[in-house]
Amino acid sequence: MKKVFQKPESMTDVLTTLCAGCGHGVTLRLIAEVIQEMGLREEATAVIGVGCSTYGLKVFNFDSVMCAHGRAPAVATGVKHSVPDKLVFTLQGDGDFAAIGTAEAMHAAARGEKFTVFFLNNGNYANTGGHIAPTSVVGQVTKSSPTGRDPQIHGYPLRITEMLALQEGVAFVARVSYHNVASIKKAKRIFGEAFEVQRAGLGLSLVEVVSSCPSGWMLDPLESMEWIEERILPIFPEGYLKRPVAEEKQTTRQNKERMR
Amino acid sequence: MEKKVFIEGHDAIAEAALLAGCRFFTGYPITPASEVLEYMASHMLDHGGTYIQAESELSAINMIFGAAAAGERAMTASSSPGIALMAETFGALVAAQLPAVIVNVCRGGPGNTGGYSQSDYFFHTKGGGHGDFHHLVLGPGSLQEAVDLTYEAFDLADEYRVPVVILADHFLAHSMESIKYPVPKTALAPNDWAANGAKGRSPNRIMISLWNHDEVERMTIERYQKYAQIAEKEMRYEAYRAEDCEVLLVAYGFVARIAKSVVDSAREVGMKVGLIRPITLYPFPYQVVGEAAAKSKAVLVVEANTGQMLEDVRLAVEGRAPVHFFGRYGGNSPSQKEIFNEIGKLLDMGGSNKK
Repeated sequence: MKKVFQKPESMTDVLTTLCAGCGHGVTLRLIAEVIQEMGLREEATAVIGVGCSTYGLKVFNFDSVMCAHGRAPAVATGVKHSVPDKLVFTLQGDGDFAAIGTAEAMHAAARGEKFTVFFLNNGNYANTGGHIAPTSVVGQVTKSSPTGRDPQIHGYPLRITEMLALQEGVAFVARVSYHNVASIKKAKRIFGEAFEVQRAGLGLSLVEVVSSCPSGWMLDPLESMEWIEERILPIFPEGYLKRPVAEEKQTTRQNKERMR
Repeated sequence: MEKKVFIEGHDAIAEAALLAGCRFFTGYPITPASEVLEYMASHMLDHGGTYIQAESELSAINMIFGAAAAGERAMTASSSPGIALMAETFGALVAAQLPAVIVNVCRGGPGNTGGYSQSDYFFHTKGGGHGDFHHLVLGPGSLQEAVDLTYEAFDLADEYRVPVVILADHFLAHSMESIKYPVPKTALAPNDWAANGAKGRSPNRIMISLWNHDEVERMTIERYQKYAQIAEKEMRYEAYRAEDCEVLLVAYGFVARIAKSVVDSAREVGMKVGLIRPITLYPFPYQVVGEAAAKSKAVLVVEANTGQMLEDVRLAVEGRAPVHFFGRYGGNSPSQKEIFNEIGKLLDMGGSNKK
C-alpha cells in the first residue's frame, strides 16, 4: 500500500501534554513540516523561550536551545552570528515576547538580526495558569484580571508586532490565525515565506500566530475559535504587515513551487 | 610574542581573550569596564568575529548564552551593577553546562556606586545566581596575571563546561604595566554537544529546565563532583614569605599587591609577616590557608569590603589562630600605612619576639 501521509522526520514521536484545543500543537506541526519540506532539518536550530512553547523541545527532531524567559531574541542573536548559515528561529509566547522580553525583541529588530521569530499570541500566560498578558483584550477575564481587563488597572493591549514592523531592520511581518482550515493552510504558507526571507538574508522575519487557549480563556475549544474571530482578530488583524518589496514576488513564487 | 608591551589592563584583558580564540564579544557600556567593549569594537572584526553593543547587560549575557550554545568562544565584560543584572542567566549557563568567560571589573555596591571595591566576592564565590552552583572564579593580582588567566579561562571553560569569572577591579583595569602576550591559539577543537545543526548526528538540546526531581538531583551531584575535580586540579594561590610568619595576611587582587609591599616593609623592621594570596577564589585554597594559619600567631584578612573572603578564611583556619579583619569600603581601598598599623596592633596584642 502506498504511503500517502506520515509524520515528518523533523518531529519526534513524543506525545505532548498540550491541552485539548491548544493552537501550539498546530504551530509545532506546521513548523516541522515546513522545515522538512525545505530540507533544512539538519540546518535548523530552534531557540525556545519559557511557557507552553517550551514543549517544542520535546517535539522538534533537530537542534534546540532553551533559554531564560524573554531572552530568546538575544540568545538567537548569539546563535545566528556563530552559525550564520543555519536556520535559526525563536518560539515565544506573549509573556516572553511582549512583556519580559520586549527590549530583546525590539533591539533584535533594530539590529536587523537574520533569524525568524514565531510569536505565539494566545492572549494569556497559560503555563502559569492563565494570567493576563500584554495581548489580552479589554474585558478579558483571567486569573490576574478576575473582573476583566480594565485599561485603568491593566493598561491597553500592546501592539508589539505593529511596533516591530516599523523598524527598518525588520524585513517580513505577518499575523496568522488558526480559527478555521483555510487560515491554517495560509499560516503554513506564511511560515515558509518567513523562512525564505531568512535564507535570503534580508533581515528579521516575524510571524505572529494567534493561537487558541481554551484552558487560559476558560472556554471550550469551539468557543475558543469564536473568541479569536470575535474578540482578538478585530484588534490584531490577520495579514501581512510588512514584506520585502523587491524580493516579494520571488519568495512567494519559491514557496508556491515548494508547496506544489 | 616575545616583545613586552606597555598597556592598560582593560586592553590587555581584551587582547588576551582575542588571542585565546574569543570570537564573540558583547557588552553594555559601564564604568569602569567600558574600555574592554571599546577595544573589542575596534579589534574583533579584524579577527572575523562578532562584536555587538547590546541593549542591556541582560541581553548581553543572553547573547553570550546563544553563542556558547552554538559552540563559539564568547565573553562579556561588565561591572558590579551590570553583573548583578546577569544573575539569572549565570545560573542558566550553569544549568545548560555552557562555557563562557565573564569579566567583572568590580566597582562596589549596593546601588549605583563606584570606586575601588572587592565587594562582589560573595556574589561570585557563593553562587552568583539562584540555585545550587558555583562559578570558577579567578582573581588576578597583576596585569600579567590578568592576561594569563583570561587567556586560560577559555580553555578551562571548555574543558569543564562551566562559566569562568575573571574577578578584576578598577585598579587592575586602569593601571598600565609591561606585559607579554601569549601566542594566539589556533585550531581549536570543535565540540560535539553544540546546537549548530544536527547534520549526521542526533539532535543536541541545550536545556535549562528539568522537572524530574531525581534527575535534577543526579545532575546536581555530578555538578559538584565536577567542582571537586576543579578544586583538585586547578587550585591556584601565591604564598609570599609565609613559611615563618607570626602575622599571616590573606588578601587577593590588587589589595594583595598592597599587602605584599607591607610584608616587605614589616620584615625590614623585624616583624615576621607573610601573605597567602588566593588566585582561585572558587575553589578557595582552604587547606593552604589553614595550614599557614596554624603556624602563625594571628591572621589578618585585608579586603576592600566589609569582610567577605574573611568568612572563607575563618572556615579554613578552623579556630587554629585568631582571625582579624581590616577593610575599607564605599569605593576606598586599604592603604599600606593602614595595613602596617593593623599588624602593629596585632603584634602588640599577642606579644612578640621582635628584636
